Amino acid sequence: MGLFDRHAGLLEAYRDVRTTGYDPFQIRMERVLSPTEAIINGRKTLLVGTNNYFGLTFDPSCMEAAIEAIRAEGTGTTGSRIANGSYNEHVALEQEIAEFYGKKHCMVFTTGYQANLGIISTLAGEGDQLLIDADSHASIYDACKMTQAEVVRFKHNDPSSLEARLRRLGDRPGNRVVVLEGIYSMLGDTAPLREFVDVCKKYNAYVLIDEAHSLGALGETGRGLCESTGVIDDCHFIVGTFSKTLGAIGGYCVSDDPDFDILRVTVRSYMFTASLPPSIVASVRQALKVVKAKPELRKQLWDNVATLYDGLAAQGFKLGPEHGPVVGVHLPDRMVAIGFWRAMLDAGIYVNVAVPPATPNGVSLLRCSVCAVHTPEQLQHMVEVMTGIGRQLGVIDDRTRRVVGGAR
Amino acid sequence: MIVENDGIADTLELRRESTLARGDVMGEICHHLAPFQVGEKPISGDTVIAKDLTIDSLAIMDMVMELEDRFDVSIPMNVVAEIHTVDQLADTILKLHARR
Ligand SMILES: Cc1ncc(COP(=O)(O)O)c(C=O)c1O
Repeated sequence: MGLFDRHAGLLEAYRDVRTTGYDPFQIRMERVLSPTEAIINGRKTLLVGTNNYFGLTFDPSCMEAAIEAIRAEGTGTTGSRIANGSYNEHVALEQEIAEFYGKKHCMVFTTGYQANLGIISTLAGEGDQLLIDADSHASIYDACKMTQAEVVRFKHNDPSSLEARLRRLGDRPGNRVVVLEGIYSMLGDTAPLREFVDVCKKYNAYVLIDEAHSLGALGETGRGLCESTGVIDDCHFIVGTFSKTLGAIGGYCVSDDPDFDILRVTVRSYMFTASLPPSIVASVRQALKVVKAKPELRKQLWDNVATLYDGLAAQGFKLGPEHGPVVGVHLPDRMVAIGFWRAMLDAGIYVNVAVPPATPNGVSLLRCSVCAVHTPEQLQHMVEVMTGIGRQLGVIDDRTRRVVGGAR
Repeated sequence: MIVENDGIADTLELRRESTLARGDVMGEICHHLAPFQVGEKPISGDTVIAKDLTIDSLAIMDMVMELEDRFDVSIPMNVVAEIHTVDQLADTILKLHARR
């Protein structure tokens, strides 16, 4: 057997995808113009698939902060926090995030992926039980491959399914750690967090929530689902990323656990990789200030979500179950999804295409992510374009327009 | 075995009731796997789930979740990873069920 033979199935699927002419997995942004526009294939393209929820990648204050930091401290740290030391700014960033959540401790990682990978695999060790939502992000699944703990999946967003699994553990020894996400990255649905927290309390389980897609978007001050559902104090570990709303790169975990800092010398994805460069730390610190100072960005984001979601629902598209900064559009199969995606790119609109095995339940999706600085006109135009393509491909009804919006 | 004491006989009877029949487990597994059957070859205890059928790894994990709830057991992911055949899956469920 050759090295690549085991990927034969995937290679074939990938070949299918590329027969459409463009390769969705090798899209090149020839020039990025703003949070919402780039040149792709030589034409100006509307970006609706960047996770750039607040549009902060081009925020002048964040850009200036990064530039100043490079001038002051150079381009990189060339080493890890443990082996090569922290900069003042790493520590300041950690304090600011801890403060933001009202938690005592914070650890910053070089990516959110590494935060999940390291924290989850280290928190739950031999003899412990890790319980994860079936639709968890790849970083959570990869943590499960690394942990010595026993791992059990429960049905997506189903507190009774979690409860059954906690109940079955009975009085077996070991810590129970339950892993949830605020907003799920494919369909944009939120977890029933209060109900989950109630179950976890009943069975004395720790709660870890990944707010990757909900930071900024949810909660009165943008702290995520843990804030909007009023259970911050019941979430023992909150993980998040700087790569989406905060417009840079990096990850974090906050907690009130008095012994939290021991993770700095046990979590390998923290210890054995270089720390964030000064420019990133500076732009993230500034971005966090912007999130706090400009709650209107959150309102703009949700107004835009409504424009896109309700517009598509009114045309009869099958969407994710609720309004969210991620709008997932269901399509019948992989080839229709790829064809639809390609037609949109030809029309100057970039979204993500998500097909099995990267999606839950084998669904094929166009994954749109909305930005606070999209204009209503841009999104209305997008609805029109998608309606036209949807009719051509027979995905939505050709003639009759639905009268009622689909917002639930 | 001759059981003289009625009390013990009652206990045995009770235990038998809570014991899961292998046939039921096999039936349930085959029911879940039927949509992934290739050609005419029937699904049997020797069927290698990930190889002889068209089911992918995610769908296997989802099926396991259904079986867990049907038989009220939890099968950890590392245990699932070691299961190859239908027989092994049935044995695992029976073993976990007996240990409850
Ligand atoms: C739910 C979730 N967690 C974690 C991550 C990883 O974030 P990062 O880009 O910082 O590695 C992502 C991003 O893909 C995500 O969607």
